[in-house]
Amino acid sequence: MEKLLMKGNEAVGAAAIKAGCRFFFGYPITPQNEIPEYMSREMPKVGGVFIQAESEVAAINMVYGAAGTGVRVMTSSSSPGISLKQEGISYIAAAELPCVIVNMMRSGPGLGGILPSQADYFQATRGGGNGDYYMPVYAPASIQETVDLVQEAFDVADQYRTPVMILGDGMIGQMMESVEFHEIPKRPLPEKTWATTGTGEKRPPNIINSLRIVAEELEDVLKEFQKKWDTIKAHECRWESVGVEDADVVAVAYGTTSRVVRNAVKLLAAQGIKLGLIRPITLWPYPYEAFDKVNPQARALLSVEMSLGQMVDDVKIASRGRWPVEFYGRSGGAVPQPDEVVDAVKKILGGAR
Amino acid sequence: MSLVFEKTKGMTEVETHYCPGCTHGIIHRLVAETLVELGVLGKAIGVAPVGCSVFAYKYFNCDMHEAAHGRAPAVATGIKRALPDSVVFTYQGDGDLAAIGTAETIHAAVRGENIVVIFVNNAIYGMTGGQMAPTTLVGQKATTSPYGRKVELQGNPLKVCELLTSIEGATFLERTAVNNPANVRKTKKAIKKAFENQIAGGGFSLVEVLSTCPTNWGMSPVEGLRWLEDNMMPHYPLGNFRSPGKDADKEA
Repeated sequence: MEKLLMKGNEAVGAAAIKAGCRFFFGYPITPQNEIPEYMSREMPKVGGVFIQAESEVAAINMVYGAAGTGVRVMTSSSSPGISLKQEGISYIAAAELPCVIVNMMRSGPGLGGILPSQADYFQATRGGGNGDYYMPVYAPASIQETVDLVQEAFDVADQYRTPVMILGDGMIGQMMESVEFHEIPKRPLPEKTWATTGTGEKRPPNIINSLRIVAEELEDVLKEFQKKWDTIKAHECRWESVGVEDADVVAVAYGTTSRVVRNAVKLLAAQGIKLGLIRPITLWPYPYEAFDKVNPQARALLSVEMSLGQMVDDVKIASRGRWPVEFYGRSGGAVPQPDEVVDAVKKILGGAR
Repeated sequence: MSLVFEKTKGMTEVETHYCPGCTHGIIHRLVAETLVELGVLGKAIGVAPVGCSVFAYKYFNCDMHEAAHGRAPAVATGIKRALPDSVVFTYQGDGDLAAIGTAETIHAAVRGENIVVIFVNNAIYGMTGGQMAPTTLVGQKATTSPYGRKVELQGNPLKVCELLTSIEGATFLERTAVNNPANVRKTKKAIKKAFENQIAGGGFSLVEVLSTCPTNWGMSPVEGLRWLEDNMMPHYPLGNFRSPGKDADKEA
């Protein structure tokens, strides 16, 4: 298959169109502007719709409306803009509508900066908006993986009737790599009998709604949601493990940061130190079972992040007290360097080796 | 015996939750009758707001989508763009449309979204218990303007139709009331024209309907109608502000 050199953000747009997405509603914010720009250019060529909304709030609510009709629809933004979308994401989750939301994370809180960050981990994996909900979150570490996961995200959204988030960062969005567009494995997708397409006066009205005013009724719905989340946890967890069975220390890192760790693995190997890597590909559901393969004698787990320590909480849950959990991170737009990770590992090992 | 009136099939059998004397019921019926008369009930998709008419999704006998507070025009945009042949309307109150959803309203009009907006203006937040609305009149008491709305504190009440006249994409704008049978008929006509405008691909249509809230105004239904005539109509003049192919007769 043909190899293309693509920028991460443009690859997101190309993958979405490949997956059959014909509706995109967005709003400009750095560092993801190439996504709406690409969509504004390419959607008309495939008979699709691009709207630059008046705000991220309006954009996600356009997604909410379009998703209700059963079409494949996407929006993208970066951290402060994703905060604005949380209202709509909560409604979309509550109304069980499929859509894909891309967050190319920048540093925060507040306006923060425009450089890459992983500081929206809590927001992405713990709901983010109000109420009891989760959504699948994919964290690609390369442009190829971005292309694959964006396409799969649409299927996962349709299969489980849920919003799905692609959680990249400014680095993934801005860098260029070669990609191939593979056919992704087909999933059995349910018919969208719930969509608001007009009754044709032939069936009772379909209603897209998140209001359930009776406590017991809402609780019953939420219990059904919980069953769905359990199914997703059982079937959709994804990760990559490298050399964890005999590692001295196992680093845990996702997205851009996992690539830094891979360099540290090589640097340490040259010094006779075995650094393993667990790279979660889904951040929710979190691949807790990946840790069962880790060398019981490993000295520690080391969460490496572009934040002041967010995923490290999940690493602690995953460890279940089996290993000490350490953290190394840079924040505010700074990216951890391989030699910094090397130093963090050596510190864990007591500098003895 | 000849049949002179029957419940429109545009509404479901669900009993509405509206208070005695509230005019939401009339406006619902007018919208529903219009969808039936234009033969578009089967391709209608309505967007319900947050506010007193939050349960509108149970009452209209067509596909419905319940939006977040103020976001109905954005949701309607998504629906109409996905299904251009459907007939899409929002049904919104003054807090929903003219406060929290002002941006969505204005920009749907700017884009000339081919949708109908039914804007029910009763000068108060009803569902939450009578708080001040952007359309609350000067001097009018509400639970969050207990001393009456004061211009120096809260500014003047927002005139939505007048505001939208500066936007070319808003191709049908009319303010009506449902305070008497003649005005109910005029409201029906305006709603019909608005939907005809959408069916013709004309762009953004909005019908502002002056409505009563006897419960939160602290009045009887009859007193409420009189208060609407004496107080709301002078500030919110009735009439057509824009129709396809002709300039506004109320502009300037």
